[in-house]
Amino acid sequence: MGTAPPAVETVELRKSYGGTVVLDGLTMRVARGSVYALLGPNGAGKTTTVRILATLTAPDGGAARVDGHDVVRDRRRVRRVISLAGQHAALDDQQTGTENLEMMARLAGLTRARARRRVADLVERFDLVEAAARRVATCSGGTRRRLDLAASLVGEPSVIFLDEPTTGLDPRSRQGLWEVVGELAGAGVTVLLTTQYLEEADRLADRIAVLHGGRLAAEGTASELKHRFGAHRLELTMRDAESFADAAHRLGDRVTRREPARLELGVTTDGSAPQVRDLLDEVDPGRRGLARFTVREATLDDVFLTLTGRPVTVDREVAGV
Amino acid sequence: MSETTTRPVFAADALIMIGRCVRLSRRNVDALLTSLLLPVILMLLFVYLFGGAIDTGTRYVTYVVPGVLLLCAGFGAASTAVSVTTDLTNGVVERFRTMDVSPTAILGGHVVASVVRNSVSTVLVLAVAVGIGFRPAFDPLRWTAAAGVLLLFLLAVSWLSAAFGLLARTPEAAGGFTFLVMFLPYPSSAFVPVETMPSWLRGFADHQPVTPVIETLRAMLLGTPAGSAPARAVAWCLGILAVAVLLAAVLFRRRVA
Repeated sequence: MGTAPPAVETVELRKSYGGTVVLDGLTMRVARGSVYALLGPNGAGKTTTVRILATLTAPDGGAARVDGHDVVRDRRRVRRVISLAGQHAALDDQQTGTENLEMMARLAGLTRARARRRVADLVERFDLVEAAARRVATCSGGTRRRLDLAASLVGEPSVIFLDEPTTGLDPRSRQGLWEVVGELAGAGVTVLLTTQYLEEADRLADRIAVLHGGRLAAEGTASELKHRFGAHRLELTMRDAESFADAAHRLGDRVTRREPARLELGVTTDGSAPQVRDLLDEVDPGRRGLARFTVREATLDDVFLTLTGRPVTVDREVAGV
Repeated sequence: MSETTTRPVFAADALIMIGRCVRLSRRNVDALLTSLLLPVILMLLFVYLFGGAIDTGTRYVTYVVPGVLLLCAGFGAASTAVSVTTDLTNGVVERFRTMDVSPTAILGGHVVASVVRNSVSTVLVLAVAVGIGFRPAFDPLRWTAAAGVLLLFLLAVSWLSAAFGLLARTPEAAGGFTFLVMFLPYPSSAFVPVETMPSWLRGFADHQPVTPVIETLRAMLLGTPAGSAPARAVAWCLGILAVAVLLAAVLFRRRVA
């Protein structure tokens, strides 16, 4: 195992679309059999990264390898081991789920009989027995995504890319999809998923890469990231605008959250009593400007804010950018 | 398009793609009915409404049917553009590409399905024509030739339509191609003899691809002399086909990059 190449590897990956830099030297590495989350706001380069890895878009510079094969030179080899479930459910509306899946299975090289068995298996496993008999046009959004995910598994890929798999799904469908991803990981498949939902990355991924401005802003397990960027956060509410400005000035760039309208400041801390006491003294030496404080556990949101200076938005990423 | 190294895979993929497109065509009932009803309605319109006032030297139904058959074929083939654009916009093509299905197989599936679909609807329109009094002169050899020219025309227009589908951003825009193809038979010998047109229009009518195809069909179905029409028809169709296939290859690469 030690000599096997990583499932996915990119080195200084670059891509621009008409003067707009989307990827600005992205280097990352995904271990075999792991679930890896690319986390970032709109335009961070998540979809572009996945498209390059799935051989759909050529990078301008740098290199990307899947299972040791270069995604440009050995495109066909790469295509043999990957599959992609994108933001659309890429299925024919006027075929039934089963027909769609059997078609994909036969394109993946299975004989008619084996395709039928494989699809029957998947349909059973994804709880799609009833839905798969209907034309896709009549299925709900959640069912389409499950069908789409099943379709991406017919060829038994060893690396699967999921581009925002739960965007636009209701909570129940999202839960169902999470379970499927968990099963895939259990079966030894490498899963690389993009998401703007911190909760999703936190729950599913072994490791998380935070993308910002087309670069890797941070990488690690969820708990590593939380620890590295402060396990706890001290939330301060100041008494008035003057004391707010004063405290903000004293903390400088240690401030991770700033809401002048509500006179609130956030700063990371290890949560220990001495450090919190020191911070409080530092912020408000005269003991008159601070109205309230709370200490709470850091979330990935805090990590994200610390790294990117802005909160994660929940709008859909513009496809292809 | 580099499928030469993996011929068996290409053939298998192409067959799967053809099966897919034929099935999708069969289920697109609206489009099927339109491509059937429109030529029939036009035929009835011309035969019963305008036909009495048009002097073509024969019964008007006899004159007009070859043109209607071509209109039916062209209109039906042009809808290939819509299918291709739909595939591109809903993400299906991207999945096929990640599965290493060649562009030729993807587009070829639509083209072959179009040829099959429109051959069937042309035969149905011909049956209606016979029902309202079209009496062709049956000659197996000439009829085979007519079918051959019509198939070649279908193939050429279907590929051209596929290329247009690669250019269009939305399926609605791709639908515009059908209007272009539907308009071409009017300034041709489809509905009135070109001799009756003003000279500037006649120049166009004589030298556009639809006229020699119609003249060939007319000669082959009615048993009249064909002159140079078959040669010109085949040349036009092969020319359009070659340009369309090349154009489609270039546009596909550009579209998906």
